[in-house]
Amino acid sequence: MPTGRSGRPSSCVGPNVVGPWGLLQSFADLLKFVLKEPVIPAPANKGMFLLAPLVMCTLSLAAWAVIPLNAGWAIADINVGILYIFAISSLGVYGVIMGGWASNSKYPFLGALRSAAQMVSYEVSIGFVIVTVLMCAGTLNLSAIVESQNTRLGILGWYWLPLFPMFVVFFISAMAETNRPPFDLPEAESELVAGYMVEYSSTPYLLFMLGEYVAIMTMCALGTILFLGGWLSPIPFAPFTWVPGVIWFVFKASFLFILIAMVKALVPRYRYDQLMRLGWKVFLPLSLAMVVIVAAVLMATGNAPGVR
Amino acid sequence: MTVTAAFFYLFATITIASGFMVIASRNPVQSVLFLILAFVNAAGLFLMMGAEFLAMILVIVYVGAVAVLFLFVVMMLDVDFAALRQGFLQYLPIGGVIGVIFLLELILVVGAYSIDPGLVRSPAVPIPSPAVMTNTEALGQVLYTRYFYFFQAAGLILLVAMIGAIVLTLRERVGVRRQDISKQNARTQETAVEVRKVPFRQGI
Repeated sequence: MPTGRSGRPSSCVGPNVVGPWGLLQSFADLLKFVLKEPVIPAPANKGMFLLAPLVMCTLSLAAWAVIPLNAGWAIADINVGILYIFAISSLGVYGVIMGGWASNSKYPFLGALRSAAQMVSYEVSIGFVIVTVLMCAGTLNLSAIVESQNTRLGILGWYWLPLFPMFVVFFISAMAETNRPPFDLPEAESELVAGYMVEYSSTPYLLFMLGEYVAIMTMCALGTILFLGGWLSPIPFAPFTWVPGVIWFVFKASFLFILIAMVKALVPRYRYDQLMRLGWKVFLPLSLAMVVIVAAVLMATGNAPGVR
Repeated sequence: MTVTAAFFYLFATITIASGFMVIASRNPVQSVLFLILAFVNAAGLFLMMGAEFLAMILVIVYVGAVAVLFLFVVMMLDVDFAALRQGFLQYLPIGGVIGVIFLLELILVVGAYSIDPGLVRSPAVPIPSPAVMTNTEALGQVLYTRYFYFFQAAGLILLVAMIGAIVLTLRERVGVRRQDISKQNARTQETAVEVRKVPFRQGI
């Protein structure tokens, strides 16, 4: 789907041969990757070389354990759900670092170093974005965060409107956190061939790609929960509230995913110092200031949840 | 119950085994990775005690940030650790003596120490039951009220340490051409382009 959609802005046709409208292309790619020969370079650290894609893929799938697709539809509805997702997504960097280091080659190593610095930097601003939402919702439980957006205003009552700057910061940081273009410097093909994935082929490569795309979907789901009201209907009266919540959830998450895919197609890659400047000198002060402002506004208007 | 016990022994065994591998492993990068494994399993132990907030914070802060920087530094070190280990055994007698003294002291301290049973039952702040208050809320209630000044002092100490580290490592390099984005954006056609009449066969 990303390939097909991102063909549009550059007037490409995109995949259209396999299946109706090329819909089966992804499955054909899967078969192709699985049937290829996995090549392990001789100087590589073999155990870690094979462990890295597994780590990446397992971690990004593990994050989905706490995401509520509908009221009560989470596998584990834990109290610290948002911290769990944050922890798991911050672990994702290890797959990249281990892969880059274990390949024992220069380009993967450079990619891994870039990725380590980048993901740690943007985690900070994502953390502050999450803090602002938590202050409005007054809970760390993902289902309760969605429920706290359930007002009579519908789509206007969700957090994207009052916290709009934070929504933008979250969207951009999510792309940087998941190594998506325009922040895909760890795998910048014009500089590093394919970054940390240079030496990978076949199923290990497939696991890396799978882990990356699942991580993007996790970020889209997280954005849906934090800012777009999760499974709530945008218009809170009869015909629209009959639609099952999971449909709204999938619709909103897909909307965010298409936005991210469009950004890839439309925006050129950042330079590395610009990336660091954006993370540390623009987003960090902005989100830190927003934490203080939101806290002050909540206290001044007496809307702060849980304050007695 | 048996499941809980099984998980406890699983986490505890892996923590201790990976802690041992941190010092035993020949490759420093592998040492750091085993350290991370130990952290994650310690977080698992926290979870089993019901301290879910601490477990998540341990993973976010130590595994997600601190250990990444460890790994970052260790990967870039160009040290031949095999050469460092040459002549390692000649320190064995003195190391052994220190180890034995340390072990004796530990046995003396731990053996003579006993926790006052009244202390656990009468904490400074009553411990709320998990049904009344979540972990995070209970921590916040204590940290931001009773121990507020300690919390602030800890933050200030960290700030001072950060400023100190920056002051120690920051050096002004001369002759570096830095990008100034506001200056670049302020460029207009008049300031950026110069039109010259080039004399024939002379150049500029």
